Amino acid sequence: MFTISNYVKAKTLEEAYELNQARSSRVMGGMMWMRLGNARIKTLIDLSGLGLDRIEETDNVIRIGAMCTLRQLEQCDALKRLFGDGVAESVRHIVGVQFRNQATVGGSIYGRFGFSDVLTAFLAMDTFVELYNGGTVRLSDFVNRKQDKDLLLSVIVRKGKRQFRYESIRQTQTDFPVLACATVTGIVHGQETWYFSIGARPMKAALLEKKWEIPRDASEEMIREYAQEVAASFTYGTNMRGSAEYRQHLAEVLVRREISSILAEER
Amino acid sequence: MSMERTEKLRVVNHPAAKVDAEALVTGRAVYTNDLAPADCLIVKIVRSPHAHALIKEIDTSRAEAVPGIECVLTYKDCPQKRFTLAGQTYPEPSPYDRLILDQRVRFVGDAAAIVAGTSEEAVKKAMKLVKIKYEVLEPVLDFRKAKDNPILVHPEDNWRSLCSVGADNNRNLCAHDVCGAGDVDAVLKSCDYVVDRVYHTKANQQTMMETFRTYTYLDAYGRLNVVSSTQVPFHVRRILGHALDIPKHKIRVIKPRIGGGFGAKQTSVSEVYPAFVTWKTGKPAKIIYTREEAMTASSPRHEMEMHVRVGADKEGKIRAIDLHTLSNTGAYGEHGPTTVGLSGHKSIPLYGSPEAFRFEYDVVYTNVMSAGAYRGYGATQGIFAVESAVNELAQTLGMDPTVLREKNMVREGMVMPAYYGETTKSCALDRCMARAKEMIGWDEKYPCRDMGNGKVRGVGVAMAMQGSGISHVDTGTAAIKVNDDGYYSLMIGATDMGTGCDTILTQMAAECLDCDMSDILVHGVDTDVSPYDCGSYASSTTYVTGMAVVKTCETLRKKICERGAEYLGCSAEDVEFDGQKVTNLKTGESITRKELGNKVMSFNNEPLSASEAFSSPTSPPPFMVGMAEVEIDKETGVPELIDYVAVVDCGTVVNPSLARVQVEGGIAQGIGMALYEDIVYNKKGKTYSNSFMQYKIPSRLDVGTIRVEFESSYEPTGPFGAKSIGEIVINTPSPAISNAIQNAVGVIIRELPMTAEKIYRGMQEER
Amino acid sequence: MEVQFVLNKKQVKVDVGPDAVLLNVLRELGCKSVKCGCETTNCGLCTVWIDGKSRLSCSVLAVSVGGHEITTLEGVEEEAAEFGRFLAEEGAEQCGFCSPGFIMNVLAMVRELEDPGIEEIKEYLAGNLCRCTGYMGQMRAIEKYLAYRKEARG
Repeated sequence: MFTISNYVKAKTLEEAYELNQARSSRVMGGMMWMRLGNARIKTLIDLSGLGLDRIEETDNVIRIGAMCTLRQLEQCDALKRLFGDGVAESVRHIVGVQFRNQATVGGSIYGRFGFSDVLTAFLAMDTFVELYNGGTVRLSDFVNRKQDKDLLLSVIVRKGKRQFRYESIRQTQTDFPVLACATVTGIVHGQETWYFSIGARPMKAALLEKKWEIPRDASEEMIREYAQEVAASFTYGTNMRGSAEYRQHLAEVLVRREISSILAEER
Repeated sequence: MSMERTEKLRVVNHPAAKVDAEALVTGRAVYTNDLAPADCLIVKIVRSPHAHALIKEIDTSRAEAVPGIECVLTYKDCPQKRFTLAGQTYPEPSPYDRLILDQRVRFVGDAAAIVAGTSEEAVKKAMKLVKIKYEVLEPVLDFRKAKDNPILVHPEDNWRSLCSVGADNNRNLCAHDVCGAGDVDAVLKSCDYVVDRVYHTKANQQTMMETFRTYTYLDAYGRLNVVSSTQVPFHVRRILGHALDIPKHKIRVIKPRIGGGFGAKQTSVSEVYPAFVTWKTGKPAKIIYTREEAMTASSPRHEMEMHVRVGADKEGKIRAIDLHTLSNTGAYGEHGPTTVGLSGHKSIPLYGSPEAFRFEYDVVYTNVMSAGAYRGYGATQGIFAVESAVNELAQTLGMDPTVLREKNMVREGMVMPAYYGETTKSCALDRCMARAKEMIGWDEKYPCRDMGNGKVRGVGVAMAMQGSGISHVDTGTAAIKVNDDGYYSLMIGATDMGTGCDTILTQMAAECLDCDMSDILVHGVDTDVSPYDCGSYASSTTYVTGMAVVKTCETLRKKICERGAEYLGCSAEDVEFDGQKVTNLKTGESITRKELGNKVMSFNNEPLSASEAFSSPTSPPPFMVGMAEVEIDKETGVPELIDYVAVVDCGTVVNPSLARVQVEGGIAQGIGMALYEDIVYNKKGKTYSNSFMQYKIPSRLDVGTIRVEFESSYEPTGPFGAKSIGEIVINTPSPAISNAIQNAVGVIIRELPMTAEKIYRGMQEER
Repeated sequence: MEVQFVLNKKQVKVDVGPDAVLLNVLRELGCKSVKCGCETTNCGLCTVWIDGKSRLSCSVLAVSVGGHEITTLEGVEEEAAEFGRFLAEEGAEQCGFCSPGFIMNVLAMVRELEDPGIEEIKEYLAGNLCRCTGYMGQMRAIEKYLAYRKEARG
């Protein structure tokens, strides 16, 4: 049973940060997961009054406040223009509309959960997280950091001409994924680059970057080889939703489908 | 034929909204926890972390010192007479193997102590302070190794079995039997084709949305009042009498609205704890099971392993069926000896009268969560095995599985040796099959169609049956009285758990009494005032209690005529009652029901009421055919249910809209069992499947389209020709979906659930 | 801690612990329609509106709703009864325990989606589990209700 001794709706980021430095302080996201644990929380810090619930688009980036809900993400026109339906696809399976009206982007990313669709999706994009004290760091670095006492303020996606695909396999439509997989490609520093993010392996999502120039008319066989290489670059585990071996097979199939889909669109 | 008999019906065989609908859709406070007084003590259970252990020491002093704690009860406080929590007619076939709390704990989650206090916080705090020293024992976790295992789940001397069900606690046996007709081994030996396979169904949770819950208090007479979400109020009264070792007249059980049961609440899962607290302290108490408790310490479906042999000749005539069922009752024996029987008695008779059959079973104790009753009650498991075996036989014969069934299925008038030798007086199974084939487009779609996008769609079929009540046992009683202004009150002891029995029994009464449903008030169950009914289970309410209602109304009509004649000053032979008034046919003089109702309240020496009971020597089976269309992703194995078609013969359909929803709901549960739901244990016997996050019941995105029709026969022994509907509907999805997968990709899955990974592995092996 | 919010159009002030969840506080305030089915945010039975959006009250801290507007089924009773009649006509409320949360989300859906298709409806309501009905009767009720609304509005 989790307990809270004190709830504070922070008035400034500074206040929130200071309060959070105590060992038994926690920052509140959507309260989807924290409530299920056994934490004894001395001070729970609510960031909802700090304007972190907005998605802002500039010429170069889309900045998603940490308190934005997954439902905002799902319905965000800026992300849709940039990445198509992939972003909505990455969250639409998550439990239900009520859940997504509540779960926050900050909570999903900060938690770095193994099953996270949100993390899997953002990892494949050109994404940074903005921290109160730690500056702005690449999501791919942040993922591997230990949880600390900094505040996650926003998730920043750099705009650029990129293709994005997202697919997952689930036992029931609203279950955690057996495997989740995002593929992104675009020209980076003048070179065609592919990013593959695979989550729920069941370990948390990890990123693979490949400077591959895949011909638009690549054969099925060729794409299959690329996909095999991608899938083999990750490690997998076994739990009640699937075996390591099956997950690797799924990774290969999904990566192949995503590459094929991108190539088909570009042809 | 049945058409003629049902077309004159005015209320029965017509849709009607449920009598409690308005309260339910506007969220009125009608369920147990909505009604519980605010000053109830909160009751919670300290549960064993071990699958098998003895409590060596238990120290409650620190827990009792927590402010607000009323009591902490341990095995030392409990009566030492064993009992069963199974809601069955006395003497129960389920063994008496329980104590409220026992020194030996037998599964992870077994009750070790009861804590009661004034607030949830205090109780939770105290629970952590109950110090228990366990002597951890080796558990029996593999049900295939349980029989005659040196480790005994119930070594105690006072274990008792009241009925001769072949139980022996010194062998971990909860039941054993064998029955049959003809020489099965000899006939199988002479068959041209024999399929010999083993099938495995897992435990499943009913997951009614309202978990187990009960509150209790003492009334002005010092009696224990129990308000509980139960399917079996009268059995609960007896069970509590046994558990607390107090006379039954000290106990009153009331059933409010219930948020679903599906058999889970045919076991008295939650009642004993607050009852014990109230009896000890004199204070009101309530227990609300968390979903986690409802998933880990409840009454799920029995896991079964079934070895089937089916033999046929070259033409596809099924000549013999041999079934051996091994059933896992878990730590306690609730419904163990009876569920297993249905695995054979409700599967083999689908094939009428084979030359020989044998049905043998063992039910074993293990150190996992105790099993109980779940819709289908063993038939679901047995039908998965036998119907799957018949589908494998069809493949062996190179025959369309619907054609194989048409050759062999039971038909009206046939004797069913494996169904206690009963004869089917009503059976439209053949029409169900024909209609289901039309509905799904079987002839065009069988066996499969490649969709050209890496996906292939297959169709599959299964048949099912169930009973209508337990013959020679189940008893329903109804009572009805005429009140002021002539309105009726109908008293029943059957328990509406959302299924709508209050409604359909009102419909029957309105039909019998030539009145509107709104002229009849129906009363929920209160064991102090309701007439006896064994409860709502075993598909009994429509058939058994329904007949009791019909008989009661017939008696009342006679009494109304007699009384009317008396008031009109003529002979009862000369009057007619048309529902509104009693008329003297000779004079045309009449007295209205309203006048009659008011008149009997003055200077009257005999109440204008009637009460009758019904119990049946037979249990007429409903029949159905289910067909599934399933799409398989050839690369990932992911199955998607596209379409499910069901055609049901439940005799006369009493309320078509409620019956239809029963069918759709049962099929959706069956789909969950077939494809998604799994209770998974770790090596130490702890289940991972402890929440809706880890045990996935289907959402509305997981059930495809479910289409239902009825092909009614007319059951001469039932009310208005009706048979049961509640349970049969869960039986076809597992075998029909399995068959669709088989026909789509050639993979036969013999262990549920049929996950994408299992299908994928099957396809790998095929290559 | 003292919290003030609007409950079904009325100002309420309650004294709650910092870890009290909204679900329990609403029930204590007499909104017994709000039910708990799972405790792990999976079932949708505890659905209420916060500022007009469907939310799971089992995982909302009561202290965090200060200044917000909460609506439960009790607050939209007439509309609930109106849709409820369609549900009852199909027999699709069955045990009724999931009906309040389900109806709240249906009414949220008709406010949010313009003329939704079947797939859209199913996805919007996917977080509302029901173990009784198999969902088909609920869909029939929704389709008839939507057609009725359309007609009523001309």
